[in-house]
Amino acid sequence: MSNNSPEREEVSIPAISVDRSASLGSSAQEALNDQGAPVAQHGAREMEAQNLHIWFGNNLVLEKVDLVFPANTVTALIGPSGCGKSTFIRTLNRMHELIPTAALAGKVLLDGRDIYSPDVDVTQIRLKVGMVFQKPNPFPAMSIRDNVLSGLRLAKLPAGDKESLVEECLTRAGLWTEVKDRLSEPALALSGGQQQRLCIARALAVKPEVLLMDEPCSALDPGSTLKIEDTISYLSDSITIIIVTHNMQQAARVSDYTAFFLAQYGEPGRVVEHTTTSQIFSRPKDPRTESYITGKFG
Amino acid sequence: MIDKVEIQKPWREQSPKRVATAISPALIPILVASILVKTTGLDGKLGFVFSWVLASTVTIVIWPVVIKKRASRGDLFMQTSVVFAGGIFLGAVAWLFQSVLAPGLRAFRFSLLVKDAATVGVDTPLDQGGLLHAILGSLVIVGLATLISVPFGILAALYITEVRGRLVPFTRFFIQAMSGVPSIVAGLFIYAALIVSKVLPFTGLTGSLALAILMLPTVARTAEEVIRLVPDELRYAALALGGTQMRTVLQVVLPSARTGLITATILGIARVAGETAPLLLTAFGSNTTNLNPFSGTMATLPWYIFTQMTLGTENDVARAWVAALVLMVIVAMFFVLARTLGKSKMARR
Ligand SMILES: Nc1ncnc2c1ncn2[C@@H]1O[C@H](COP(=O)(O)OP(=O)(O)OP(=O)(O)O)[C@@H](O)[C@H]1O
Ligand SMILES: [Mg+2]
Repeated sequence: MSNNSPEREEVSIPAISVDRSASLGSSAQEALNDQGAPVAQHGAREMEAQNLHIWFGNNLVLEKVDLVFPANTVTALIGPSGCGKSTFIRTLNRMHELIPTAALAGKVLLDGRDIYSPDVDVTQIRLKVGMVFQKPNPFPAMSIRDNVLSGLRLAKLPAGDKESLVEECLTRAGLWTEVKDRLSEPALALSGGQQQRLCIARALAVKPEVLLMDEPCSALDPGSTLKIEDTISYLSDSITIIIVTHNMQQAARVSDYTAFFLAQYGEPGRVVEHTTTSQIFSRPKDPRTESYITGKFG
Repeated sequence: MIDKVEIQKPWREQSPKRVATAISPALIPILVASILVKTTGLDGKLGFVFSWVLASTVTIVIWPVVIKKRASRGDLFMQTSVVFAGGIFLGAVAWLFQSVLAPGLRAFRFSLLVKDAATVGVDTPLDQGGLLHAILGSLVIVGLATLISVPFGILAALYITEVRGRLVPFTRFFIQAMSGVPSIVAGLFIYAALIVSKVLPFTGLTGSLALAILMLPTVARTAEEVIRLVPDELRYAALALGGTQMRTVLQVVLPSARTGLITATILGIARVAGETAPLLLTAFGSNTTNLNPFSGTMATLPWYIFTQMTLGTENDVARAWVAALVLMVIVAMFFVLARTLGKSKMARR
């Protein structure tokens, strides 16, 4: 057993109840350090950022990020706008380097191997580390079905039984019942929230090991949001999920661990606190974390 | 029971007064001009046009002042001006069409479309022979030019928008410079480089090459613009799914820009369909049907129009007008084709 197992009781100080922490001890038995943050084990599906510094041009956006995302867990990244959450998450599947001014120092490990080492195939990394973007971006020239299957074609994966894959992914994304009769309609005929769930289904179709979600629910209604959260809980049995969210309740509901990012005025962003979700929402160590969670700023 | 409510579109309803306000400024000048031509010394078409323009200008300025409240005068002024500008433009286009199409239609007989000029001498009656050789020659030469220039044009556009290599400014400059090349110079280039130096004889192919030089910049620039319109988010999405850059371009970027790429192609075709000068120096011309672009000279519609017009006899000039009519119909057909092809059912936005 881990030396600092998370509590089960609900603590009411920040007025947020933590649902998910209860399942942590059972499914994944991660080692935690004395801060409550997980310790790297360099196993499969584990991601780790080591001493990561991220720049745009000469502008240091994130400084010395050390985070471990244990296999089959959900980690929520929270923090005020502009503190570098999206930038950070984009370094985890090497999308950061698509911006011409981007620069980076430090290491990002997946399955214990550095994804930035020169002999690594970028497309393989992006295939293993899927991503759902903040704004829904389905492919406009494709039907709903083809959107779900697009990753297979883009990555040249063997297709297998396409119809059941489409059904499985759309069901998991909570969209199946709404679109099952119109799979060959253009993806842009869907509403914004439906498009986002389609994008989630698309990301799931290539069976990623790690799924990055950048505010996936910011364009969704409460019903769809709950569906996505169910999907996240369900998926976290088999994949590692890192989700950026501005919704504290959501972070509390879906995540095992939470990392709080903060960029103080004129300074690069840093990770202020990284520990189990139950702890960060019940007994945050840093006063800045507490005031952010309780809505005093940000 | 609830009464059944019918579908309505209240914003479509126009009050008679508003319709009158909208169309009277168009009618008043015509009326005024007619009266002036009838009653005064102003005479004929020129007199009518002159007084119409005068009356229109006055109406555009006066009408809003007479009709409307102060606040919406500017609005009505702009509205009438825009309608007039549009009307003048439409009139000019209609005039152009009418003056080209009317003589063509007068001389048109179906047999002209299915026979070539093998047996036609100077001033042969219209019911003998035809211009099939020129129609087919144009289709073959322009088609081949399209096949050559569209891939290169799209590749150049992709180099600029996707590869973003170090030579982008140079490529841009080169394409821009190419679009300024006069068509006769493109013909001369092929003539000097290939025909005079005996690499190729006068063939349809040399004609296609000359036209391809002219098409390339149009296709490349239009393609660049439409590919640029594809949002980066789609590229990111494709890359994040593990796509290579090539598959991202082939499976996501190009299909998303499909409508625009078809437009680029059609614009390129429209650019060269009427070119005469470069073809005189390359494909030359012919009185018989030749479908093989790799051997023998070939006739094209613009060349046919040019030579028939220079013959100057009544029947030959009439044939030229028919050829002009056919050329316009073919170009129009390409535009319609582009619209239908471009109307992909996925393109709904
Ligand atoms: N393409 C870019 N070029 C230069 N600077 C950038 C770029 N993208 C982001 N930045 C800067 O990096 C910092 C972090 O931005 P980022 O988008 O990661 O914030 P965020 O935490 O995701 O914010 P939000 O919650 O609003 O999405 C910001 O100061 C931003 O100005
Ligand atoms: Mg963001």
